[in-house]
Amino acid sequence: MHSFEFIRATDSAAAVATAAQAKTAQQGADVRFVAGGTTLLDLMKLNVETPARLIDINRLPLDKIEATPDGGLKIGATVRNSDLAHHPTVQQDYAVLSQALLAGASAQLRNMATTAGNLLQRTRCMYFRDTMMPCNKREPGTGCPAITGSNRMLAVLGTSEHCIATNPSDMCVAMSALEATIHVQGPKGTRAIPIGDFHLLPGSTPDRETVLEPGDLITHVTLPPHVARSRQVYLKLRDRASYEFALASTAVVITIAGGKVTRARVALGGVGTKPWRSPEAEAALVGQDANEANFRKAGEAAMRDAKPQSENGFKIELATRCIAHALQIATAG
Amino acid sequence: MRDDQQSCLGASDSPAEIEDRPNIEGAVPITLRINGKDRQLCVDPRTTLLDCIRETVALTGTKKGCDHGHCGACTVHVNGRRVNSCLSLALMHDGEEITTIEGLGTPDAMHPMQAAFVACDGYQCGYCTSGQIMSGVALLREPCGPDDAAVKELMSGNICRCGAYANIVAAIQQVRKNA
Repeated sequence: MHSFEFIRATDSAAAVATAAQAKTAQQGADVRFVAGGTTLLDLMKLNVETPARLIDINRLPLDKIEATPDGGLKIGATVRNSDLAHHPTVQQDYAVLSQALLAGASAQLRNMATTAGNLLQRTRCMYFRDTMMPCNKREPGTGCPAITGSNRMLAVLGTSEHCIATNPSDMCVAMSALEATIHVQGPKGTRAIPIGDFHLLPGSTPDRETVLEPGDLITHVTLPPHVARSRQVYLKLRDRASYEFALASTAVVITIAGGKVTRARVALGGVGTKPWRSPEAEAALVGQDANEANFRKAGEAAMRDAKPQSENGFKIELATRCIAHALQIATAG
Repeated sequence: MRDDQQSCLGASDSPAEIEDRPNIEGAVPITLRINGKDRQLCVDPRTTLLDCIRETVALTGTKKGCDHGHCGACTVHVNGRRVNSCLSLALMHDGEEITTIEGLGTPDAMHPMQAAFVACDGYQCGYCTSGQIMSGVALLREPCGPDDAAVKELMSGNICRCGAYANIVAAIQQVRKNA
């Protein structure tokens, strides 16, 4: 691990001012915020991340879960995944989020990992994590060996000729289906970013993963009010039953009246280069009868533009069935 | 470290109390309360909580397996909650309460979880055992369903390459039953 200066932040304005001196907030950032450390320290040990300064934000007052005046929920940046998953309001009104969090990582990691950290979780692509290999995300312009190499775990949606790395988050998939908003304090003030606009497609700049600029500190996430009578399911398919990243996962938030789907939110994990909301699946569901055939059609609609690589073509059918099965579970009984 | 924190080099306020003073530029003084005892330490900022416990404080019951959060051998409690000490910096825990396997019990007065691992034969080579026991003890305070499947799910962050899993689950269930 490269040496760094450790700074314990005591107020967020000073933390933002210090971080604003960085050249970038993306891959290769020379200043990083640290909270749980579960992604960052892992990558620092691999020399994938080599910040010169580390700002510890654990002592900032960003660890609360509170109701918002409009009936939604405000989740602080440093709320631990385990605390969020077990919060009574989350379990009752945002069950898909609780399920997604508990499907991710291990109990130890969930006690460390935070809301903001999970929003910034990095890909598990082995070429990104190995500094001996070329990687356009880690070192722009060096190429993507995954496209001709080992790509079984990698993405089929949102890829480019420069990068096919999968976003590994479970939490972000549920937050996409719940239409979360990410709140940022930056050098020029605060701003609110819908989660769908927060992560970027790789395109020709896979080193840029989010819209964050130097100095931007995620302070909290808000969820809109609970959707009355909605049914929520997070279904994660993986190589082993626990403590494994998704091959394909789905978050569904669906409302049914008189046997017909009146509202649907569908998002996917494990298959996209970013947390993948599927308006195609949602459009295929709304107004239709809530039955198995239509659930299958929704899955097919979501994966219509999927592009298989040499080893991951199975993910297209797997994700299609994942969506269909999640909808069946959500609407059963 | 800067502003409110001092470097260990040239620190003159309480030099005698620092147990281990490495001659490393940029080393920083911290206080960790480990197994009920305050330890004044001086660590390089890169030092993980795991390396601090093992190398600086010389409590070697906590093990380093993968050093990347995959295996759980490094599991300790911070303020009563289990964490992977390999993925955390010692500096991030200044003033916090750390419990390691040495803080649970002794060979003569074992913690009920340690006794259950012996009774149920919950280990073979023993390398993962302290992490398994630290996880098992923390699990007693976490939301966990009554059946074996719930225990397995919550213990999935602790890998045992000898394959003692069935006996580990039995040990934890024995403690829960008697609690």
